[in-house]
Amino acid sequence: MSNVAMKAMRDALIEGVYRRMQDDRRIFFLSADMGAPVLDKLRADFRDRFINIGIAEQNLINVATGLALEGFVVYAYAIAPFVLRAYEQIRINLALSSQIRQLNVNIVGTGAGVSYDVSGPTHHCLEDLSVMRTLPNIVVCSPSDSCLAQLFVDYSIHTKKPKYIRLDGKPLPFIYNESMAPSFEKGFYELVKGDKACIVSSGYMTHMALEISKEIEDKSIGVVDIFTIKPIDEMSLFEILKSYKTVITLEEGFIGKGGLDSLVLCLLNDLQADVRVKRFGFKDEYLFKVGSRDFLHNQSGFDKKSVRDWILNECL
Amino acid sequence: MASMAKYVNDFKMSRMDLLIKMKEKAEWVWKETLFLHGLAPETRLASSLSDVEILTVLFYSGLMHYNPKLPFSDKRDRLIISKGHGSISMYPILADVGFFGLDELAKISQSDSLLGVIPDTLIPGYETINGSLGHGLGVACGMALALKRKGIDRRVFVLCGDGELNSGAMWEAIMLASFHCLDNLFVIVDNNKMSMLGYQKDILGLEPLEEKFSAFKWNSDVINGHNIEKIYETLNGLLNQRNGRPSVIIADTIKARGILQWENDELCHIRSLKAEEVKRLLKEKK
Repeated sequence: MSNVAMKAMRDALIEGVYRRMQDDRRIFFLSADMGAPVLDKLRADFRDRFINIGIAEQNLINVATGLALEGFVVYAYAIAPFVLRAYEQIRINLALSSQIRQLNVNIVGTGAGVSYDVSGPTHHCLEDLSVMRTLPNIVVCSPSDSCLAQLFVDYSIHTKKPKYIRLDGKPLPFIYNESMAPSFEKGFYELVKGDKACIVSSGYMTHMALEISKEIEDKSIGVVDIFTIKPIDEMSLFEILKSYKTVITLEEGFIGKGGLDSLVLCLLNDLQADVRVKRFGFKDEYLFKVGSRDFLHNQSGFDKKSVRDWILNECL
Repeated sequence: MASMAKYVNDFKMSRMDLLIKMKEKAEWVWKETLFLHGLAPETRLASSLSDVEILTVLFYSGLMHYNPKLPFSDKRDRLIISKGHGSISMYPILADVGFFGLDELAKISQSDSLLGVIPDTLIPGYETINGSLGHGLGVACGMALALKRKGIDRRVFVLCGDGELNSGAMWEAIMLASFHCLDNLFVIVDNNKMSMLGYQKDILGLEPLEEKFSAFKWNSDVINGHNIEKIYETLNGLLNQRNGRPSVIIADTIKARGILQWENDELCHIRSLKAEEVKRLLKEKK
């Protein structure tokens, strides 16, 4: 990956918000004492509309709600696993309330999955997609690159709903460019059209899916990147997935608990497709072993080689 | 009951007349709250009786600006009811001043009716949903910040319970409010000194409460929360102060005030009265 342009999603998103804040006085940026080099400029240039709430995620959501009730577009920035501290504030003040009142609050959680690999289990975020997915009225996004993270800014301003977006904690290569026109309303993109099996993935894991697809020759393995977990254009996704014999879900989260795998399983079940589904992700325990991201995937049986070998043995 | 003028501060009446009027209103609100409890015994009666005078002053004194015909007008003061369950006493007031019809009161808790036993945001006059405690103050801070940034010179009022101050989220907001100089934020603590399972002094011990607010750089005052004149004077004084600090009135109140058998009953929060007891009490009050 060394020769490829890399960019952190949070940098792309914050740069996009900064540009919009220059001519849109309705935008507030709140942080639960979480920073980023590109945030320093925003903090300095918009002192009246940047607030460091402190290490207080519950208040982050509550204050964001109050600002949004008064018509502001709010970004609420925190470390992804710590956003869940404010689950009840999100449930009451955003999910419940936005069914009655318009609230444009964008919770930006950085450090998706095990992107803070060596920081250990408090900093791994393996529950957020399933937890947020249970909440009505909340849009849940999980982009796989910085192009998407930047495109999220325009989407987030004109979609006046509460949203949660999980961003990877490490810089990643670009997958998209604007001419591909990925749509958050649609929620996914068929990056590789295959015929034997299809990997459905999100975030960082889409990079692994693309590498596996490339390594297995003749383009037999499709890749669908899901970046809006909820709501998603289910019918269009189904049209793609139903043509495969096997669909492989690949996520940096717990499996069998309502995340990406559940989304795919429910869809294929409800629309009655005869498709085998294999799920890769973390099993029902926390990761205390110290190690890199690849090491942690390996320990849980879904490093690139394990997934590729499974596909070679089972699908080709 | 005649509907109040759309902006109560349009009243042209003497201070004495206003106080007499508010006392009459408070008596009426007390009885209506009891009446509602008779219809819906699931309502939290005890905690809805400690704040009768506070709500009466907020809505009938002219100090708080609102317009029932334009409930989201930018010109309104915002009122956040953080102690949701304990505000059934606000139902008759909202109906009386015209947020919805008085006929809604008799339909409380019936299927498909407007008024549930815990208020929600579908009810005109409620800005936020507060069935879960400890959320209102943080949201109010966001609104107060927004008003300052928008340059709108209106105030945010919060009614909260003392039990809510057990919650960390409240103190997160208390810190933020003074740090950001939210002098457009006015909190009234209905300090009835009890939560569901007993007296606060036996649970966490909030005292010395005023000193705590003071240490957090709030303007504060402790008053008798059933004395209408005192509530009016104190609120009026704080509203005119605007010294860069948020303000709190710690209103000492009696939970289940007026229901004598409950006033010293530490489990009164969860008790309900039978319909015949409600009838008897209402008769006695006439």
